[in-house]
Amino acid sequence: MFREYDVIVVGAGHAGCEAAAAAANMGSKVLLITMNMQTIAQMSCNPAMGGIAKGQIVREIDALGGYSGIVSDKSMIQFRMLNKSKGPGMWSPRTQNDRMLFAQTWRDMLEATPNVDFWQDMVKEIIVSRETVCGVVTGMGQEIRAKAVVLTNGTFLNGVIHIGEKQFGGGRIGEKGATGITEQLVSHGFETDRLKTGTPPRIDGRSLDYTKMEVQDGDEEIVGFSYLPIERIKPKQQRGCWITYTSPEVHDILKTGFEKSPMFQGRIQGTGPRYCPSIEDKVTRFAERERHQLFVEPEGWNTVEIYVNGFSTSLPEDVQYKALKMVPGFENCKFFRPGYAIEYDYFPPTQLKFTLETKLIKNLFFAGQINGTTGYEEAACQGLMAGINAHRNVQGQEPVVLQRSDAYIGVLIDDLINKGTDEPYRMFTSRAEFRTLLRQDNADLRLTELGHSIGLASDERLTLMNEKKAKVEKIKNVLAEYPVEPIDANPYLESIQSAALVERSRALKILLRPGVDLKEMQDALPGLKEAVNESDALALEQAEIQIKYDVYIEKEKELVKKMATLEDLVIPEAFNYDKLSALSTEARQKLKKIKPNTLGQASRISGVNPSDVQILMVYMGR
Amino acid sequence: MYNINETIVALATPPGVGAIGVIRLSGSKAIEITDTIFKGKRLINQPSHTLHFGKIMQGDNVLDEVVVSLYKAPKSYTGEDVVEISGHGSQYILEQIINLCIANGAHMAKAGEFTQRAFLHGKLDLAQAEAVADLIASQSGAAQQAAMHNLRGGFSEELKAMREQLIQFSALIELELDFSQEDVEFADRKQFYQLIHNINTTAGKMADSFRLGNVIRNGVSVAIIGKPNAGKSTLLNTLLNEERAIVSDIAGTTRDTIEETLNINGILFRLIDTAGIREHTSDAIESIGVQRSMDTMKRADVVVYLYDVNTTTQAEINEQVALFEKENMKYLLVGNKIDTYTNNKQGGVIYISAKNKDNVNALKQALYQLVIEGDINTESTIITNARHYASLQEVLKSLTDIKAGLDAHIASDLIALDIRRCLFYLGEITGEVTTEDKLDYIFSKFCIGK
Repeated sequence: MFREYDVIVVGAGHAGCEAAAAAANMGSKVLLITMNMQTIAQMSCNPAMGGIAKGQIVREIDALGGYSGIVSDKSMIQFRMLNKSKGPGMWSPRTQNDRMLFAQTWRDMLEATPNVDFWQDMVKEIIVSRETVCGVVTGMGQEIRAKAVVLTNGTFLNGVIHIGEKQFGGGRIGEKGATGITEQLVSHGFETDRLKTGTPPRIDGRSLDYTKMEVQDGDEEIVGFSYLPIERIKPKQQRGCWITYTSPEVHDILKTGFEKSPMFQGRIQGTGPRYCPSIEDKVTRFAERERHQLFVEPEGWNTVEIYVNGFSTSLPEDVQYKALKMVPGFENCKFFRPGYAIEYDYFPPTQLKFTLETKLIKNLFFAGQINGTTGYEEAACQGLMAGINAHRNVQGQEPVVLQRSDAYIGVLIDDLINKGTDEPYRMFTSRAEFRTLLRQDNADLRLTELGHSIGLASDERLTLMNEKKAKVEKIKNVLAEYPVEPIDANPYLESIQSAALVERSRALKILLRPGVDLKEMQDALPGLKEAVNESDALALEQAEIQIKYDVYIEKEKELVKKMATLEDLVIPEAFNYDKLSALSTEARQKLKKIKPNTLGQASRISGVNPSDVQILMVYMGR
Repeated sequence: MYNINETIVALATPPGVGAIGVIRLSGSKAIEITDTIFKGKRLINQPSHTLHFGKIMQGDNVLDEVVVSLYKAPKSYTGEDVVEISGHGSQYILEQIINLCIANGAHMAKAGEFTQRAFLHGKLDLAQAEAVADLIASQSGAAQQAAMHNLRGGFSEELKAMREQLIQFSALIELELDFSQEDVEFADRKQFYQLIHNINTTAGKMADSFRLGNVIRNGVSVAIIGKPNAGKSTLLNTLLNEERAIVSDIAGTTRDTIEETLNINGILFRLIDTAGIREHTSDAIESIGVQRSMDTMKRADVVVYLYDVNTTTQAEINEQVALFEKENMKYLLVGNKIDTYTNNKQGGVIYISAKNKDNVNALKQALYQLVIEGDINTESTIITNARHYASLQEVLKSLTDIKAGLDAHIASDLIALDIRRCLFYLGEITGEVTTEDKLDYIFSKFCIGK
């Protein structure tokens, strides 16, 4: 019934879809297996893409030739550029999306991708021969052969859903979990552990009183994620979100459910993310706070369904309901479904190579929540990299590994492989040491050439990127040369309280001053505007950022170079950690297991403390 | 790399004649080796922390009557089995005992190796280990006091407190960046400013104390001597990677001695460039310089004789060597300007091109070896305080940048960059490098998460 595929992707969430699209676009024959064809690319949690650090990841996926940026742009109902008041390294695009349109767009794009076949079934085991994967066995008993397999099982592996004292198996509410794979992988020597995550109740929007909430509108300018020219909604069409707050009364009602809480009663064993706590967790851990913020987010253009961001909970549904009714605007609220917590298996990602291929079984790749991450963006970028490397493995080509200085994707994978994670891993800008360099505005300049060279990013992308690059260079050259007379510039400088010029200067030098803005300067100096002669706002912005932040990027590079001295210290492969008794037991075990190549890698392993690194440094005569 | 599997031996008391002399062995075979040369109780069967009287035997001859102290791992200074043999203070006999130990499988300890093992076995932290080195090295009362303070962990504590404050500061800034959408209170700039000011004061004081420390404790002094225009200043500049001495092609450019410090693998060297030694000079200023050079040379711990391989005769070199031997000086022969040299090279000479920076590392290595192998009296060396001092300087620099950024109201992610710099250099001293604990702090202090 089936041919032999190059790549089988198991699971069709954000990771699985990107993996299938990437491998297929590079030329692999791909089979995408999902338990339910109707739930391809579900937004299981909030209906939004991007945000701080995550928005940068979506742009990186797009720059490499992935689909997440395009899908998000096509299905957005609101756009905001977060952190606009901070430096450009912090600017972070975020969209609110139509959940159904998002999934539909993904499905349309996958169906339009040659080389992608679909099959609805549950994969219950993988076929392994000589420590190499060579296919999968499905619940229906099909044996399907493939040269590589990418597992993106999300929260489905032995998933258990908790609502109050009720608990039942499932991968998402209303969908059954997947069994068999964990046990099989454990028999092959894999380690596994449990994680937990949660989601808030969904509400009938018709039952809410929005006059009691603050509105949060989208931006007046829609930038989007994709570097391709995509037809996006007009700013005026955007949907608003609302903000409301809990109160001590709400907290009191929540507390009445604590004795039935699966979290507090110990029924949930898995670790949840500290940065995405349930409302009961917030009320307990931050008892001194009288209120917590809730974001009321529409689920789409045409649905009345509402997502209550900030109210993730696994308390009994009647407690959820009673508590939420005390929140301003929610007095008469009707539930579509309660919030719940879900526990699932993951495989500590230290068992992977930098390509996301497992160390134990050749050509078997893991991507997404199975690796202990959380978030659509984190999952999608892993799927993309796993898809790329599965294809390249099959073709016998060199792996593609992004460095920490290339992309947030590089930071994410390096963190996963070296540090592993004890809680669902989410990206933060503070995890990246090259934060000023890894910006949302330059992901194309950083990555499109690579994406194109591996046959993923289209010619159109490369052309657009090269045009932008050329424009930016031209603008920078003009600014570097253009002479500015004091008499022309001083009125503008005075207006922004910047010191007056006493002699002729160059436009570029003036632009370096704090508070000077290229657009305003061009308006004040018509001659300059004429000389620059550029209408492409993105190119102008790029040139301005490059000029203004060059010194910081250099500073960052210098610091990273200093830090990299640890990277240069190679630890011999047969290094005997046992003879250094000063190493902590945990550090020794981790070091023996992970076998870091360099001292830098060793220093990033969780459980390897600075004192352990010092000991290694001294031992290595440094 | 050091070999931690070896059992090491060395004299633990100062060389020279004294009432007693103590030889220390450390390592897994310390007790076994002692048993082979010790006539008395069988030490391997004795409990830790006990004293035993007996005789050290050289074949059938009694070499000395000694008391042996036993410290079994891990309850010893190094964390390994340690034996201390207290004998009579004859230099000759002590050397014989050490030779016996070596003949039975011990290895001569390198400078600082006992302390290094103590560190590697977790008996001391790095700042403490360095303090031990200072303590051994200190000759004045003031230096000893400072070293004792470090040994008690005062230095580590202060740094720890400072880093903690800065991580909190940094975490508040990161909170603004990564969680700007959250309903949390952000940092008060005024308090930040005060905090930075406080840290700056503490770090400044600490750096000042180092400056004082460095005056008390000098490194290994190295006099670079040679005829005019042999390339001494160029060599100095090459070693230091910066233009300090005046370099020109006119012979006799350097009029005075110039001192710079150089850190080779953690050992501090004071490099002294001297005015060219030229016997007959008509220039009055230069002749004063030449006199100083001779004095400097005699006071230095080691002399680097630099000569131009193209213009120096063997007779001249021999004459210098005879002088060094007569004055009992440690010296290195360095042939310079090999870039224009084609003749055969001799053993015992380090050939370099100071101008092209060729083979200069071999010279550095040779200097390092002289110290490590104990050819130079290391009482005056100081191990890695120079490293700490340099890091503190960078800490101060980044604090200045943070202040300037706060004054200019620049975006907080850019200020965060300077904070990272500051934390990194503090971390160079304490050994901390990751960014994880900032997030830990945020998650423990703030209610994050929608």
